[in-house]
Amino acid sequence: MNVTLQVWRQTGPDQPGGFHTYQVSDISEEMSFLEMLDVLNERLVHQGEEPVAFDHDCREGICGACGVMIDGQAHGPQLGTATCQLHMRRFNDGATITVEPWRAAGFPLVRDLVVDRSSFDRIIEAGGFITVETGSAPDANIVPVPKEAADIAFDAAACIGCGACVAACPNGAANLFTAAKISHLNLLPQGQPERWTRTESMVGVMEEYFGSCTNHGECEKACPKQISIDFIAMMNADYVKSKIKNRRLIAQDT
Amino acid sequence: MALQLDAGIPEGPIDEKWDSHKFSVKLVNPANKRKFKIIIVGSGLAGASAAASLAELGYDIEVFTFHDSPRRAHSIAAQGGINAAKNYKNDGDSVFRLFYDTVKGGDYRSREANVYRLAHESLNIIDQTAAQGVPYAREYGGALDNRSFGGAQVSRTFYARGQTGQQLLLGAYQAMARQVALGNVKLHIRTEMLDLVVKEGRAVGIVTRDLITGAVKSHSAHAVVLATGGYSNVFFLSTNAMATNASAIWRAHRKGAGFANPCFTQIHPTCIPASDEFQSKLTLMSESLRNDGRIWVPTNPDERRPANEVPPEDRDYFLERMYPTFGNLVPRDVASRAVKRIVDQGNGVGPLKNGVYLDFEDAIARQGRQTIQERYDNLFEMYQRITDEDPYVVPMRIYPAPHYTMGGLWVDYNLMTTVPGLYALGEANFSDHGANRLGASALMQGLADGYFVVPSTIGDYLTAFLNQSPVATDDAVFKEAESAVTERVDRFLSARGTRTVDWFHKELGKIMLEHCGMSRSEPGLLKALSEIPALYEEFKTDVKVLGTGGSLNQSLERAGRVEDFFELAQAMCLDALHREESCGGHFREEYRTDGGEALRRDDEFAHVAVWEWTGDPSKPELNLEQLDFENVALTTRSYK
Repeated sequence: MNVTLQVWRQTGPDQPGGFHTYQVSDISEEMSFLEMLDVLNERLVHQGEEPVAFDHDCREGICGACGVMIDGQAHGPQLGTATCQLHMRRFNDGATITVEPWRAAGFPLVRDLVVDRSSFDRIIEAGGFITVETGSAPDANIVPVPKEAADIAFDAAACIGCGACVAACPNGAANLFTAAKISHLNLLPQGQPERWTRTESMVGVMEEYFGSCTNHGECEKACPKQISIDFIAMMNADYVKSKIKNRRLIAQDT
Repeated sequence: MALQLDAGIPEGPIDEKWDSHKFSVKLVNPANKRKFKIIIVGSGLAGASAAASLAELGYDIEVFTFHDSPRRAHSIAAQGGINAAKNYKNDGDSVFRLFYDTVKGGDYRSREANVYRLAHESLNIIDQTAAQGVPYAREYGGALDNRSFGGAQVSRTFYARGQTGQQLLLGAYQAMARQVALGNVKLHIRTEMLDLVVKEGRAVGIVTRDLITGAVKSHSAHAVVLATGGYSNVFFLSTNAMATNASAIWRAHRKGAGFANPCFTQIHPTCIPASDEFQSKLTLMSESLRNDGRIWVPTNPDERRPANEVPPEDRDYFLERMYPTFGNLVPRDVASRAVKRIVDQGNGVGPLKNGVYLDFEDAIARQGRQTIQERYDNLFEMYQRITDEDPYVVPMRIYPAPHYTMGGLWVDYNLMTTVPGLYALGEANFSDHGANRLGASALMQGLADGYFVVPSTIGDYLTAFLNQSPVATDDAVFKEAESAVTERVDRFLSARGTRTVDWFHKELGKIMLEHCGMSRSEPGLLKALSEIPALYEEFKTDVKVLGTGGSLNQSLERAGRVEDFFELAQAMCLDALHREESCGGHFREEYRTDGGEALRRDDEFAHVAVWEWTGDPSKPELNLEQLDFENVALTTRSYK
């Protein structure tokens, strides 16, 4: 099959960018979207043009490194699928496909389709962990975890940190990512001691980098792991509870 | 100069060695720990767990990863689970049994004392990770669930759906993130180690390249820990992530670290076959599928009917035919070779005739679609996404693919390499899996090394350097290493040849898969040893890398990694040639039993082959570490 690509090219954050049009002919519909970009890059090098930079690694939808806007959709047209798992058979022969980097103020552009997502690491550093230093853990079966709790915690923990939720959000909000991380830990018995400080501090850092959630629900549709926006409601509930608790404590102090 | 291969195995009974060793090593006083700087390269299970644990102890830690976030490391892709001898299932498991199974599974080419310690620490790993909030599978009463994995006779595998590696990595990453926030770990992302710096025989730091700005920089420390994973990508097509590479350990090897058993590679039998020449990597389908799937090919190589219309009498269930006792559950290496043989005979299936069927028809008929769905739905879905075929209706097609490398840097009992001050953890070292790794043991080893072993052993080396600053980065050794790195980068950019880096990588991969893959022979290896240097020479002059060294340049990054693969590939072939026996994942066609099975030669090859860099990649020097088996009797594996 043959496709026409309109790819965003930009050599650096301070350089002007723009769309370049490339014809990619004689590709197989069995190849993945990223393999199609590999072919484009091989051909560009032969023509003496620098290849398109894009992040990718595991190519099995788990590392979260890849992700581009394809025809305006984060990770492209297939639900619950990361860019690396999207195959060319999803496109029509002769199609024109627009490829852009994640567009969000919280993810500054690095080059071409590569963006800087370190703001996600800052959110985790703010409290996305359970404090248990190596060696200090009790026997694993001392703390029973109800199966339902473990299952829902897992649904949240399945987040791969790709940033599609932010890219899809009209506000550039990271609420689905942050909520998934908070809920994973807040749902487990082991996560209770730090539940309230974790919630407030992770939400605080999230707000430093990202926009506000206004419940569009685009994030859930774009998420390659189909993480539910119910977790955003859980995070909001915990945030409010935490604020009320803290307010009461402050009132008692004074 | 020959390498000093004193493994430093403690005296005493096997179950007391680790405790007595921890008592005998020198400790660093808590108040002095902050005076020691340790560099950790790699942020996968081994690297992140070591960084978190060492920082908790008080050491001054710097972590380097070439990814955009430490959470991307390839440990994240492990599906199946993690073994631990908890005996929660009351089925007769014990530390000794896990130890025994691992030594036997490794075909008696691993070091007993290290493996026993691994089995022992497996208990602590489960406690530690459950406390971190890893959402392991649970029973309805809230206790942890276990399953049997990879043909083990006991249920000792802990798992988190099909994403155990992801969840364990996130646990270690989060523990490390806490230390980053506390200021105990300094994190460098998109920063690749391009050389190890050695002064007066000791590891004193590394030279890195910032992948965004291209800046080449030196970092010094009292000790350097490499946790940079394995080298299956030497085959180009493997289940490893695209960027996984051997450069950190290979650069360390060139600076004096012995490289042990490079030919011990594991080929995983159940991967999705390549669909076309553009295939960039292969996707693993969990080994657990073989519990219910039956493997077969049509008896007629020219069969044209769709799989479900081929009647039973025209099907060859070849694993069940060849190995009636274990059938479809024979170990990875045995299954892989059988599949290769069938496909080489021309009996393969699929458009390229490069796979065999893994069929769930009988399992669905017997247990119902619901049961199969509960067990494997995420895998079936992944398969369908990639191939556009529904495995509930059409049998899966599978073919073996390179997956894991048991070989790696030689380490002693403290996990220190032959370069004092340089440590290797996880898949980057050689010590625990012998010639074949059992399923659900890679995660266990990465975490044992990082959480529990290196935090207890590294102090023994460091104490001698109390109140000494690390070597300054303006020292001549750093300056020399920096200019070597810069020259190398310039060399790639100025070659201005006609072929891309990936083209060379693919060609190298073809040679390696053909001659140093699932089965090896003297003529094949000799052929590879003449072809690889020739291709390497071509690479030096004909590689085409565009752009500059001063910005993000992904072809330039790959050029260095592929060049290191060219040298490593030669060591792998030389090692395979040296090892005139068949054991584990290493199968030499000349050494097989009358029945065609692997023939181990314990009298001559119960040793670790440790290669020493001489400056010429085609002529490394061989050193041997003899392996003693005091607790496990050497037997021949039989699955007939």
